[in-house]
Amino acid sequence: MLKPDDYGKTDFLQILKSRYPEQVADWNRLNKGQNDFPHNFLEGTTVLALVYNDGVILAGDRQATEGYQVGERRIQKVFKIDRHSAIAVAGVAGPCFETAKLFQVQVEFYEKMEGVSLSLDGQANYLSSLVRMNLSLAMQGLIVLPIFAGYDLKQNKGRIFKYDALGGRYEEDTYYAIGSGGKDARSTLKKMYRPDMSEQDALTAIVEALWDAADEDIATGGPDLIRKIFPTLTAITEQGVSDVSDETVAGLFEALVSRLEQT
Amino acid sequence: MSTPYYVSPDQIWEDKKVFVDRGIGQAKEVVVLEYNNGLLMVAENPRRTIFKISEIYDKIALASTGRVSEYETLRVVGIREAEVKGYTYYREDVTGKWLTNLYSQHMMAIAQAWDVKPLEIELLVCEVDGVPEIRSQIYKIAFDGTYEEMEKFAVIGGRADAITEKLNETYHDGLDLTEAVQLASRTFESIEVEEMEPYQITPQTIEVGCLDVTNGRRKFRRFTAEEIAEIFSHAS
Repeated sequence: MLKPDDYGKTDFLQILKSRYPEQVADWNRLNKGQNDFPHNFLEGTTVLALVYNDGVILAGDRQATEGYQVGERRIQKVFKIDRHSAIAVAGVAGPCFETAKLFQVQVEFYEKMEGVSLSLDGQANYLSSLVRMNLSLAMQGLIVLPIFAGYDLKQNKGRIFKYDALGGRYEEDTYYAIGSGGKDARSTLKKMYRPDMSEQDALTAIVEALWDAADEDIATGGPDLIRKIFPTLTAITEQGVSDVSDETVAGLFEALVSRLEQT
Repeated sequence: MSTPYYVSPDQIWEDKKVFVDRGIGQAKEVVVLEYNNGLLMVAENPRRTIFKISEIYDKIALASTGRVSEYETLRVVGIREAEVKGYTYYREDVTGKWLTNLYSQHMMAIAQAWDVKPLEIELLVCEVDGVPEIRSQIYKIAFDGTYEEMEKFAVIGGRADAITEKLNETYHDGLDLTEAVQLASRTFESIEVEEMEPYQITPQTIEVGCLDVTNGRRKFRRFTAEEIAEIFSHAS
């Protein structure tokens, strides 16, 4: 049960790999030459992040597609990681959620083992290796792309990290959006972003970006007023991670619709 | 060929008990008691970074006493096994009873081996919200792996018996956080007074943690010296 060489390990994934290898997804077994790989897995679509004066807000729509069909209407793409960070994932749902789950467990594991939280940069770097692990999947077109955001307690500001399929990690200090409607959301955020935005302005910009993404991109879901499903908006500030309530999000969309009707 | 000396199993076991009692007899105590929001853990511990109370998993915490290096290993193993189990199945499937058995098996194996010294530690596995209808569970594990389920409060360490006796008289249901911290530190003080010159617990000489059912998924919280001072200032 106790192997001395295990004592100092703070890497949960390494422990899984060495002792419970069947628990770790091994995408390398995929046949690389196989081009007619079935490609109608569940896919999550648009997620975004925006820095404002109190921190950073992460958001995502609630739809997942399966080819040209709606696969899920109330999927969650934003996950809390620790007290001051969260991740939003776009791409093939299975590996996306696995990555988010593993990431959360790892960060918490480190914190409990060491007695101090893993730094925000440490978390961002570790996520790189998790994304890189999915490389062979990405080569098949089954990509996992997260946006990682958190409140940096040392620098006293919200920070955003984006990734590419090779595990490259890039910091954005304003806003970012990714997924099938990412480009549309980015265009809106580009027009609406201002330095030092208030929470209200940030929420307004995000809701409009999500609306535009849903409007232009067939895979992105807008607010579903009949089923009462609204996009997820999660704020990360010095006080911690908190979800914006459905009522507030509904109110923001109502305000947006009445604004659009007037123009 | 030489014949090994015969030693009776009774004698071997007796020797081990005496050896461990001598070690734990000097160990500072940890008190765990139920209060209105869950379980409070209080230890006399002037050290700032070496803890007797620690978080294991969502609803589970560990209070330990004795040799630091020995219980530190078990703490690390507990976190690791809990994370693996929760990751493989579901977070709810990680229970205090499961962890208690894991520790118990390990400590028993070491205590029964003939060529290693038994662990000079005692543990309390604490859990809140584990089983419906039961607010909290405390499992007390002895050096040889034997364990029992405690109700309302439990004490480990050198003068555990004396403290338990005191708490039997003074503990009552429905304590709030301030009252519970105060009860624990008063009990520590009263025991010290009987043995040596008057002694006062300060925020710097005490370690306080809790499993609070009103906290989100992770119920554990460690109080800083400033927060403990704040609690003391509310005490009557």
